[in-house]
Amino acid sequence: MDRRQFIRAGSAASAASVLGLAAGCASTGAGAGGQVVVIGGGYGGATAAKYIRMWSEGRVQVTLVEPNDSFVSCPISNLVLGGSKQMADITTSYDNLGKRHGVKIIKDRVVAIDADKRQVRLAGGSTLAYDRLVVSPGVDFMWDSLPGLKKPGAQDKVLHAWKAGPQTVALRKQLEAMPDGGVYALSIPLAPYRCPPGPYERACQVAHYFSQAKPKSKVLILDANDDVTSKGPLFKKAWADRYKGIIEYRPKHALTDVDAATGTLKFEFNDDIKAQVLNVIPPMRAGDVAHNAGLTTANKRWCDVDWLTMESKAAKNVHILGDALQIAPAMPKSGHMANQHGKVAAAAIVALLSGRQPNALPIYNNTCYSFVSDTDVVHVASVHAYDAEKKTMLPVAGSGGVSSAASELEGRYAMAWARNIWADTLA
Amino acid sequence: MKPLLLSGLATAALALGAGAAQAQTDPLQVRGWAAACANCHGTNGHAQTGNEPLAGGNKDEMLKKLLDFKRGAKPATIMHQLSKGYSDEQLAAIVSWFAAQKK
Repeated sequence: MDRRQFIRAGSAASAASVLGLAAGCASTGAGAGGQVVVIGGGYGGATAAKYIRMWSEGRVQVTLVEPNDSFVSCPISNLVLGGSKQMADITTSYDNLGKRHGVKIIKDRVVAIDADKRQVRLAGGSTLAYDRLVVSPGVDFMWDSLPGLKKPGAQDKVLHAWKAGPQTVALRKQLEAMPDGGVYALSIPLAPYRCPPGPYERACQVAHYFSQAKPKSKVLILDANDDVTSKGPLFKKAWADRYKGIIEYRPKHALTDVDAATGTLKFEFNDDIKAQVLNVIPPMRAGDVAHNAGLTTANKRWCDVDWLTMESKAAKNVHILGDALQIAPAMPKSGHMANQHGKVAAAAIVALLSGRQPNALPIYNNTCYSFVSDTDVVHVASVHAYDAEKKTMLPVAGSGGVSSAASELEGRYAMAWARNIWADTLA
Repeated sequence: MKPLLLSGLATAALALGAGAAQAQTDPLQVRGWAAACANCHGTNGHAQTGNEPLAGGNKDEMLKKLLDFKRGAKPATIMHQLSKGYSDEQLAAIVSWFAAQKK
């Protein structure tokens, strides 16, 4: 980042600021409790914003910067592809964060972080000053690894739909337009990636749709990994029992390129594959805003944090959440986990801003439900506790596990989970 | 009506936790643990439909239920797996926190 240019842009913006947050005097800014800026209103950022307001009893001012009009959930979005849910079912307004919790919401995008000055610059040109910054940027894709998808128009034709929103709708339309007897090919990158069981659930959902509407069609899963990365036996049972002859699973298929014009996938060791609908989940890393700010300390892909505070190992006063993190052992990149990170960060930030020590022993859980049909669900659950010696979160021995079998009962719990976590994050 | 046995069990669990887990009864720490339940049971235990609300629940009943899940005495889809991630003392602290929340 060009520091001088940034500062120039910053002072120009603050002079004309309509936001009421004068850059450069964060610690004396509005509210004696301090000023927090949150980048990104996903499961991590929205939760942190709400809980900082709640736990500081309104003393800490929180500004959430989020470019989207409303929250669209990645969990449950595969059901939109399967046809049993609509976009409205997975969309929640941000309004309650403002109305009920006093979070100030700015519809914009952060383009630069200046951790020394404790300022962020927005695409709209203004700057925001902070005492503590929360960065919850989700993931962005490593397009350089798939050069064919950098050609003009290629990404409109070959979709990822790995961020719920317009791509979810567009992929559903491609599936609807595909003639019966066609092949839908799903490429899965090497772990780690956002939502380990998500691709396998998606295969089930597309196969569910095909079984009802296009019974001669096929789902071809092309997985760069050696085997199914999550809930393997449960998914394989669903594929064998429910979708026999529809789903075919091929491991060890590392994608090297995509020809969008001819609908061809190219692999490191395997023959090219053509299909009518290509769905490529590209390799991914922490979101651009974190990457560009030098926060991706692990392999230039993921962000290392102190698990007691979620504070970056690279930048003071900057707390990072969710899928962008270099994960602790056996910790999934999930919305549920991002929500938990948001609460640990919120508690730590409120403590640090009032001169207290952060909590010494974070313990939190993950539960992840996957729909293998429109009604039947399997889960994986885990509990993670802070290990003071190893300074990381570790799964608690003997805890956690998976479903014994897919069931409608867990389908009802899955939707209850969704209603509760959406409310916990946003209402 | 609170069965005597349950009440005794809860007291014993709390007493066990008193020494080794003194740091674990820090109210802000306990609030943090309880917040991890909110994903399914609602913020501060005020659940949306479909899952059990925990706010203002009976402490002894909630603890017995969790310990039964943990020991396999009560069937569950997921709580038998999650409850094993916490010590009995931690579970006692968490249910006390939820019991103290307004319904």
